[in-house]
Amino acid sequence: MSMAIVDMLGFSVGAIIRHPLRATLMLLAISIGVASIVILTGLGEGARRYVTSEFSSLGTNLLIVIPGKTETTGTALNIFSGETPRDLTLLDALSLKQHAQVHRIAPVVVGAANVSWQQLSREAPVLGSNSELLELRNWKMARGRFLPGADNTRASAVCVIGSKLRQELFKNENPIGKKIRIGDRQFRVIGTMASGGRSIGVDVEDIVIIPTVSAQNLFNTPSLFRILVEVRSRDALEKVKQHIIKTIKARHQGEEDVTVISQDAVLGTFDRIFTSLTLTVGGIAAISLTVAGILIMNIMLVTVSQRTTEIGLLKAIGASQHQIQSLFLIEASLLTAVGALAGIAIGYISNLFIHYMFPALDNMAPVWAVAAAFLLAVCTGLIFGAMPARRAARLDPIQALARR
Amino acid sequence: MIRLTDINRVFQVGDQQVHALRDINLTIDNGEYLSIMGPSGSGKSSLLNILGLLDNPSSGEYELEGEVVTHLSDEQQAVIRSTQIGFVFQFFHLLPRLSAEENIALPMMLAGIAAAERRKRTRKILDTLGLTDRAKHKPEQLSGGQRQRVAIGRATIMQPRVILADEPTGNLDRHSGHDVINILENLNQQGMALIIVTHDPELGERAHRKIRFVDGAITVDTGSN
Repeated sequence: MSMAIVDMLGFSVGAIIRHPLRATLMLLAISIGVASIVILTGLGEGARRYVTSEFSSLGTNLLIVIPGKTETTGTALNIFSGETPRDLTLLDALSLKQHAQVHRIAPVVVGAANVSWQQLSREAPVLGSNSELLELRNWKMARGRFLPGADNTRASAVCVIGSKLRQELFKNENPIGKKIRIGDRQFRVIGTMASGGRSIGVDVEDIVIIPTVSAQNLFNTPSLFRILVEVRSRDALEKVKQHIIKTIKARHQGEEDVTVISQDAVLGTFDRIFTSLTLTVGGIAAISLTVAGILIMNIMLVTVSQRTTEIGLLKAIGASQHQIQSLFLIEASLLTAVGALAGIAIGYISNLFIHYMFPALDNMAPVWAVAAAFLLAVCTGLIFGAMPARRAARLDPIQALARR
Repeated sequence: MIRLTDINRVFQVGDQQVHALRDINLTIDNGEYLSIMGPSGSGKSSLLNILGLLDNPSSGEYELEGEVVTHLSDEQQAVIRSTQIGFVFQFFHLLPRLSAEENIALPMMLAGIAAAERRKRTRKILDTLGLTDRAKHKPEQLSGGQRQRVAIGRATIMQPRVILADEPTGNLDRHSGHDVINILENLNQQGMALIIVTHDPELGERAHRKIRFVDGAITVDTGSN
C-alpha cells in the first residue's frame, strides 16, 4: 500500500498553497542562500577567468628560463664549496636557438632608471631585450620600429617607449629621432608602443625598451633577468624544456642551475588558486543555507503543531507513520526545491547585472556550483525537515482527534 | 468478527496510573449494531480507539477476523485501518483545503488507488449521500449535516467491515442528526458493523445491542439479540 507520487505532490502543494506567508518565508530563506552561492562563485569564477586570460595574453607556448634552481635537491654542500648559481648570460640565451622547435628567443633584463627629455624627467622601468620580444608578447607598435636584430650582442643607443611615457615626455610632439637620456646615457627614440598591451607584471604603457647589451651596460650587470622562449608547438614544450636545461647545464660546467617554467604551469597554479577561492566563497555562502535550514525546521515544527488534527485524521483513515513522514518531507523538499530554483534565477539575474556594471568580469557561475547549490538546498530541506516530519509521524492521533 | 480478551489500558498521568479500561472481554459479530454509553471518562472512547487501532492496549488481545492485531507493526495496522475500519467523528475532521469529493477520496489516495477508479467510486457514494451537487464545495461551504455526510462517505469509501462513530450527532441539530443516523443505520443493514459511542440516550436506545461503561469496565451488555 503506497501512495502515488503524483498524489503526494498534489497533496503537499495543496498544503503549501494554503499558507502563502509560510511558503514565502521558506522560499525566501532558501533562495537567498542559493542566490548567494550563485553570485559568489560567479565572482570567483570571473576573477579566475580574468587572471587566466591575462596570463594567456603573455603569448602562447611560452617557456620562461629563470636563473637558480627552485627545488632544494642535493645537499647544502655547494654553500661551503662557494658555488653560487651562475649568471644567465646573453650567450646562454642565444645558444638555445639551435633547437628546431624553438621559434623565438627573447632575453630580458629589467631595471629602473631616470628617463628625461629636455626639462621633463621621470623614473621608469627599463626593459632590455631584442627584436623578438615584440612578436613573442603580442605587442603592437604605434609608430616607428622596434629594437633591431634578434642576435644582437652589441650595445646600441636606441630605445622604444611606451605610450604613456611618450605622452608625458613629449606631449604632442613626434618623439621619433629625438634623443632622450636614460640614466647617464643618451638613447635615440626609434619607435613608440601602442597603448593597451597590458599584461601581468609589466605595464607596457609605462616602459622604455632598449637592446639587451645596452641594458646590461646601463645596470652594470652581465646577467639576464630571464629568458623567454617561444616554442613552435605545444607538443614540443616538454622536449624543449629538457633541451634548455641540458644546454644550459653543459654551458655551466655541468651544473643544473636554471629553472624552466611553462606558461601552462603558471596558468595551472593560478587556476588552482582561484578555483579554491571560488570554493571558499561558495562554502561561506553555503553556510547561509544552513541558517535557512534552521528556519525551515522552525516553520515546519509550527506547521506540524498546527496540523495535528489533519495528521490524526490521516492516521485514522489508514496512513502509516511512514506515509505521514513522507508527506511532510515532500512538503519540505518541494519548498526548498522551488526556493532553490528561484535562488538560481535571482543569482543569474544578479550576475548579469554585475557583468553589465563590470563588463571585464565574465562572472557566470560555474555549472557545478549551481548544481551543488541546488542539491545542497534540497538536502537542507530533507535534513531539517526530517525532525518535524518524524514528530508528525509519531503524533498521538487520539489527542489530535479529540480536539475540535 | 471482533474478539477482545482481557483488554486493559493504563495511562501514566504524572505519578498516577489511570486505568482507562479494566479486563474488557467483548465479542462483536459481523454486521452488529452496537451502542456504547456511559459517563465522560468511563473509557468509551479508549475502547473505540483500541477497536480502531489508533491505540494499543496495555495488556490483553485484540482479534479481528481471526487475526491477532495487537502486536502488528504500524504499517500493518495502518493497512487494517484503511481497509477494515471506518471512523466517524463528532467534529467531522474534514480537511478544509479539500473539496467534498476530495475529502471522500482521501483514504483511496492514501491506499494508492488510481485516480480514475477514485473518481468512479466517489461519484457513486456522493450520489447515495445526496451530495452530488456539493461535490466541489469546500467544507466551510457545507452545513453541519452535509459535512458529517461527507465524513461518512469518507469512512465507507473503502468498504470497511466496521464503522466506529464517536458522538456522530453530537455537533448537529436534531434534524440533520436524524439524517446522519438514518444513513449509518442503512449502512448497517447492508452488512457493516456499526459501533456508536454516545451520550444521547435516545440514540443509544436505537442500537440492537447496548453496552454501558462505568469506570473502565462494562457494567451492562444486552448481548446480541
